[in-house]
Amino acid sequence: MVETMNNFTTGYISGINGSVITIHGSKDFAMREMVIVGNLKLSGEVIAIRGEDVIAQVYEVTTGLKLHEPVIGTGQPLSVTLGPGIIGNVFDGIQRPLESIMKLTGAFIGRGIDVDAINMTKKWNIDIKVKKGDMLTGGFVIGTVKESSSITHQVMVPPTLKGKVTKVVPSGAYTVGETIIIIEDDKKTHEISMVQKWPVRDPRPFINRIPVSKPLITGQRVFDTMFPIAKGGTGAIPGGFGTGKTMTQHQFAKWSDADIIVYIGCGERGNEITSVLEDFPKLIDPKSKRPLMERTILIANTSNMPVAAREASIYTGITLAEYYRDMGYHVAVMADSTSRWAEALREISGRLEEMPAEEGFPAYLQSRLSEFYERAGYVTSLCNKTGSVTVVGAVSPQGSDFSEPVTMNTKRFVRSFWALDKQLAYERHYPAVNWTSSYSEYIDELTPWYEKNVNKDFMVNRTKLIALLQEESKLMEIVKLIGSDILPDEQKLILEITKAIRLGFLQQNAFHEEDTFVPIQKQYLMMSCILKVNDKAKILVRKGIPVSVIKKTGVFSTLSKMKYTIKNDRLESFNELENNLISNLDELLLQYEG
Amino acid sequence: MKLEYIGLENIDGPLVVLSGVKGAKNEEIVEITVAGKKKLGKIIELREDACVVQVFEGTRDLSLTNTRTKLTGNPMMMPLSEEILGRILNGRGKPIDGLGDIYAKDKRDINGMPINPVARKYPRDYIQTGISSIDGLTTLIRGQKLPIFSGNGLPHNKLAAQIVKQAKIAGENFAVVFVAMGVKYDVAEYFKRSFTESGVLEKVVMLLNLANDPVVERIITPRCGLTIAEYLAFTLKMHVLVIMTDMTSYAEALREVSSSKNEIPSRKGFPGYLYSDLASLYERAGMLKDQEGSITQIPILTMPNDDITHPVPDLTAYITEGQIVLGRELFQKGVYPPITILPSLSRLMKDGIGEGFTREDHPDVANQLFASFARVQEIRALAAVIGEDELSEIDQLYIRFGKLFEKYFIAQSEDEERDMEQTLTLGWTLLGFLPVAELDRMSPKLIEKYYKAGSNERLLYKGI
Ligand SMILES: Nc1ncnc2c1ncn2[C@@H]1O[C@H](COP(=O)(O)OP(=O)(O)OP(=O)(O)O)[C@@H](O)[C@H]1O
Ligand SMILES: [Mg+2]
Repeated sequence: MVETMNNFTTGYISGINGSVITIHGSKDFAMREMVIVGNLKLSGEVIAIRGEDVIAQVYEVTTGLKLHEPVIGTGQPLSVTLGPGIIGNVFDGIQRPLESIMKLTGAFIGRGIDVDAINMTKKWNIDIKVKKGDMLTGGFVIGTVKESSSITHQVMVPPTLKGKVTKVVPSGAYTVGETIIIIEDDKKTHEISMVQKWPVRDPRPFINRIPVSKPLITGQRVFDTMFPIAKGGTGAIPGGFGTGKTMTQHQFAKWSDADIIVYIGCGERGNEITSVLEDFPKLIDPKSKRPLMERTILIANTSNMPVAAREASIYTGITLAEYYRDMGYHVAVMADSTSRWAEALREISGRLEEMPAEEGFPAYLQSRLSEFYERAGYVTSLCNKTGSVTVVGAVSPQGSDFSEPVTMNTKRFVRSFWALDKQLAYERHYPAVNWTSSYSEYIDELTPWYEKNVNKDFMVNRTKLIALLQEESKLMEIVKLIGSDILPDEQKLILEITKAIRLGFLQQNAFHEEDTFVPIQKQYLMMSCILKVNDKAKILVRKGIPVSVIKKTGVFSTLSKMKYTIKNDRLESFNELENNLISNLDELLLQYEG
Repeated sequence: MKLEYIGLENIDGPLVVLSGVKGAKNEEIVEITVAGKKKLGKIIELREDACVVQVFEGTRDLSLTNTRTKLTGNPMMMPLSEEILGRILNGRGKPIDGLGDIYAKDKRDINGMPINPVARKYPRDYIQTGISSIDGLTTLIRGQKLPIFSGNGLPHNKLAAQIVKQAKIAGENFAVVFVAMGVKYDVAEYFKRSFTESGVLEKVVMLLNLANDPVVERIITPRCGLTIAEYLAFTLKMHVLVIMTDMTSYAEALREVSSSKNEIPSRKGFPGYLYSDLASLYERAGMLKDQEGSITQIPILTMPNDDITHPVPDLTAYITEGQIVLGRELFQKGVYPPITILPSLSRLMKDGIGEGFTREDHPDVANQLFASFARVQEIRALAAVIGEDELSEIDQLYIRFGKLFEKYFIAQSEDEERDMEQTLTLGWTLLGFLPVAELDRMSPKLIEKYYKAGSNERLLYKGI
């Protein structure tokens, strides 16, 4: 019983189980096709076809649906709408602007809402870059639009099209839906406007990958100096509840030197999105000097919003990121939390009665994770620009147990791993990044950049810092058993200097005006100051001066406070600080020798 | 006349299966009549050959032939009007106080709808509870969801009742919704008495699903409660405090239904969607832009075996905006309220304290107390190995600080109310037991203004 209506496949609901429905009545539904479900016109996606049974997940609550209500195919896979007007917006998991939804259904999200992803009536000034007769290929820039004060939108030929320009409008103001050029390819003509659609589950094509070589500078010391991530790289922040995953990602979103941030609130708290919306318009991007909101895209599918749309939100976000990457921007994607996405997969898989692997997660969890992180990269785009997508995913291990499936599998596909530690969070040591179990595999690739742009000694010093911290953790094992009083003075010195490193360097207060963001140059100077004091103090200790006496000079506490005392724009003060500290120690040495 | 379906196909735990049902809606409520008594159920799955119903009042007495089932055409609806204040309802939202039905100005689906994140207002106003460890270290913010993690036998009820009594909401347009799930009669009675004593009873709505009430009914009790709370907060513009206890019993009810459905469990037999399900309750807290009214939630849960990694506390804390953790060790030392501060956290406190909100030194004092007390715990562990006498001088100071901190800051009596000023001053007096060089989380300016070295116990005593 195949009914056709404008060529759209039609079937009917023959089963409902939570967010998953079974459709009967047509064999023409395609895998991954978007469908319109029931009289309420809910949106859904075909996720399995088993003989007669076509199975779809529904992106909205299925309460009130009845058997035999119609299901209509759209002939399209789940896609995003790409064009000017994305920046600064807040979308749900399937790219419906939450502001527009609010206009329709008020403070609470209703159902069956049909809204445009981007404003179709607003006119944008486009500066046309092509002329009649030009041969264009996919990705070619047709014109540019000032999308926000910091982002110039490159309007590109969709990747799948090419042809000769037969008609082109003059530069001027148009809505995104208006045809701006017509190209002809093999006798077929294509009308191209400022918008294009792209299926979210397919990576957007590019010419080639470029090896990563630049760090994403976040202004957070424990990240930039200790465990950096490359632009185009991947990183994960696993940690139990309340250890600081969201705070870290908010800090990255605020201060990192990406051109564009895509922040995906995937199954997390509504208030966390609200706080971004309240703060970002007021905060100024240190790079462009413009409000942060003008480089930010938010995807919010909070924990109480439908679970199938949560599953989609990750793909929606990364596709938007790739689109801006194609224009030559460096985009950083924050996904908070990938565990909630994995749980959405698990829930849907359960309703499909698939064979589970570990802890009920489907066996394809790891391939989905790897496909997702694979979409990060530093590339030459189809229009020959270089851009990157950096992906940072939060992981919320159940029971804070890092051996659970999502953490374990994520670890295989990311190269920066920032393990957040419950104990550190209890002590209010933030960011609670554990310096012994975290790592960055990008050090080798990034060393030349740090040596060239910050200081020749950067990585050498970093290694020294890490070595000191490692010695400290060994010593702490002993201290736990016998106390620190009877340790020899060289070892006491290690404990003092590493305490200064922990307090003064690793700890960074996100709420402190000066400390919330620290330029990489200052990070280097702080590190080098600590190491110089350490070297000098070692000499004193060797001469027999007790650490307790050195401590009385206040050098260590000065080190722990320099992050506050030296302002980010007064880095020359480090000279003076260093001289003071060293001469304090020299004086002490003189007294002892004299 | 609505169609009635005679008999059932299958009965399994709380689930029954009907066949031949026409026009049923997903999640609509059905009425099952057995021997003249009515039970309610919800359709949870629809197939061509079957309609699966979860029966709230249990399936006892049902047989394949003795039932008549009627579709109601609607999901579970809650009748609402301001008359609901002061009423006592059962776990399904039906009055049990003998005062008759609730006059319905409005009727709403108890499942509610998600708040649009762009419609939220970020909560920033703190609620003074008069309890130092909460106000000082895990400040409660109006519109926050801040659960109490407790264990069997710990005084969580006392604490919740004290918060209701002391929270500075009186005189305002406030209400309390009390949701009991699987708790003993005594507990419900205790709260009722305490609401009466503090003179707020006519501002309270109580929903009671007690330990001997049907287990599956627990799944709807908090939803009825939160629907009432939303009505009071966003239609009547009141500041509503919702207390939900015990969330562990709630989750167990969910587990029971899930296992009868033969769903694949995740941890400890709980369904994989426990997180989303809990979120559908907890996320109903908050405030809305350009609107008066708020919903503050204090869910209470008992951690099985005091295990904070158990799925219920774990997933709760992943959703709520912090947690107040009660500890057995403090309780056994006789400290009330036995709030274990290190794992306790209020995430919204950062935006609701400090200059312009509480006092400019509040963030630093809290930070320093946390850090210093973390140090106390390390030293206590060391002392357990080498003996207290062998500790260094400075470590001994910490031990003393720790003792006094528990005795004067954490401990306070059930009817003792401290204002913010007092709590912060107490914090400074305690920090005076440590040498100034140890205050490494504190800004020098504040040290200059507030720090006095060499405290003594008399000062503390006077401070409370
Ligand atoms: N860098 C920081 N500076 C100051 N405070 C911090 C920092 N990082 C975390 N915190 C504190 O820790 C609290 C919890 O952090 P956050 O909300 O980021 O945790 P989370 O890991 O995302 O938890 P969940 O998994 O439950 O979402 C914050 O509310 C804040 O008080
Ligand atoms: Mg978080």
